[in-house]
Amino acid sequence: MRVAPVALPGTVAEAVRALTEAPGAQLLAGGTDFCVEVNFGLRRPPAVVALRRVRELRRCEVTERRVVIGAGTTYTDMAAPELAGALPALAAAARTVGSPQIRNAGTLGGNVATASPAGDTLPVLAALDARVTLQGPDGERTVPLPEVVTGVKRTSIAPDEVVVRVEVDRPRGHQQFLKVGTRNAMVIAIASAAVVVDLEARRVRVALGSVAPVPVRAGDAEAHISDAIDWGAKDGPRASEAAVARFGELVAAAASPITDHRSTAEYRRRAVQVIARRALERCVARAA
Amino acid sequence: MPPEPDAVLRAAAEPYPAAGRYELEVNGVRREVSDAWLGESLLFVLRERLGLPGSKNACEQGECGSCSVLLDGVVVCACLVLAVDAVGSSVQTVEGLSAAGEVADIQAALVEAGGVQCGFCTPGFVVAVHDLLSRRPDADDLEVREALSGNLCRCTGYGRILEAVRSVQRARAGATGGASARA
Repeated sequence: MRVAPVALPGTVAEAVRALTEAPGAQLLAGGTDFCVEVNFGLRRPPAVVALRRVRELRRCEVTERRVVIGAGTTYTDMAAPELAGALPALAAAARTVGSPQIRNAGTLGGNVATASPAGDTLPVLAALDARVTLQGPDGERTVPLPEVVTGVKRTSIAPDEVVVRVEVDRPRGHQQFLKVGTRNAMVIAIASAAVVVDLEARRVRVALGSVAPVPVRAGDAEAHISDAIDWGAKDGPRASEAAVARFGELVAAAASPITDHRSTAEYRRRAVQVIARRALERCVARAA
Repeated sequence: MPPEPDAVLRAAAEPYPAAGRYELEVNGVRREVSDAWLGESLLFVLRERLGLPGSKNACEQGECGSCSVLLDGVVVCACLVLAVDAVGSSVQTVEGLSAAGEVADIQAALVEAGGVQCGFCTPGFVVAVHDLLSRRPDADDLEVREALSGNLCRCTGYGRILEAVRSVQRARAGATGGASARA
């Protein structure tokens, strides 16, 4: 179905064909970023390929070991029981996005492709080692998230490629996402942190949002706390107060925040230290 | 394949490409839109082309909720829907929530409770409350606050709006003789 210069494809293949037939056409998913830019005169699309009707983009699959999330999955869907049970940190991040109206429209694929430093799902995807599948004229390619999100609102997605789905392994263990903003609703993150515990690998993974151009994995903090945790305790992993405090310091050191209209670099560094430590404390018990 | 420079230049030479002629289904009626620009929001088309000014235009960035409409039964901000992307979908605006000339129970309750002062945010609240109560008739206070967190009101302080929602819940529960709404 076409309304020139608008394509309203029903499949990913049709969307890709529309992109190649109308060079310069822009992809529209939930519109929560795109339409703001159009409304404010910052974006003037010569042609649009709208993805809302592509049902295959909303397909999700939850299995014992793996979760596949279609790029058209909305924040509301991510926070609903099926996905929330499998990926609680992603659901927690989705719940903090905008308002019900925004969460009903905005999508996971849109969050990835927009590549805002404050994209709320991005630290969670980074902590989960997410793989992103893109489809273009030559078929699909699957790449790790850091190879897709390369800078502030910059990606390696080609102009004729569509984000199709995101895939993560499903670790056993607690997960947390915490975010700091000026209020509880309708707020863009000043700093955010996702902590994922993998009981089988005996690893803690932590990723930070809004404190660098792209989501940051705090590798030193991960190595330190993964070594410091007593993984054998029978009521779950435990860490000492000193080890948790050191974790917070290493998280802060991994951040490279800036001062802008939302906050200062100093506040962001401090905030991300506190919320990452708090997120860890919700996942790991205190050792004597 | 990157876009051909030619095509981009052609596009740039036509800064406001027309969206052609298209049809929207609004409040159950098929409405034709012509001579529209591609970048027009559903909110703009509803208000300026289709004579439906109930949805209000305030922030144009999804922050205030005053343009809330139902798109295929899901509450969204009309300012963040590209109008041409609503082709083939059903759009329900505040005007479509009650028969012409009649006042919906939510609207009456907002007036009765003093939940309307300047009134600018009211249509958005009416749509958001309608959406919530059709999904969750006995939503508790926390759910109501969460459901209305995307609708800003600068006059009332929200207390009387929340009271209006509770009174609609009580009245509807009484009318159907069903389980009482949690007060």
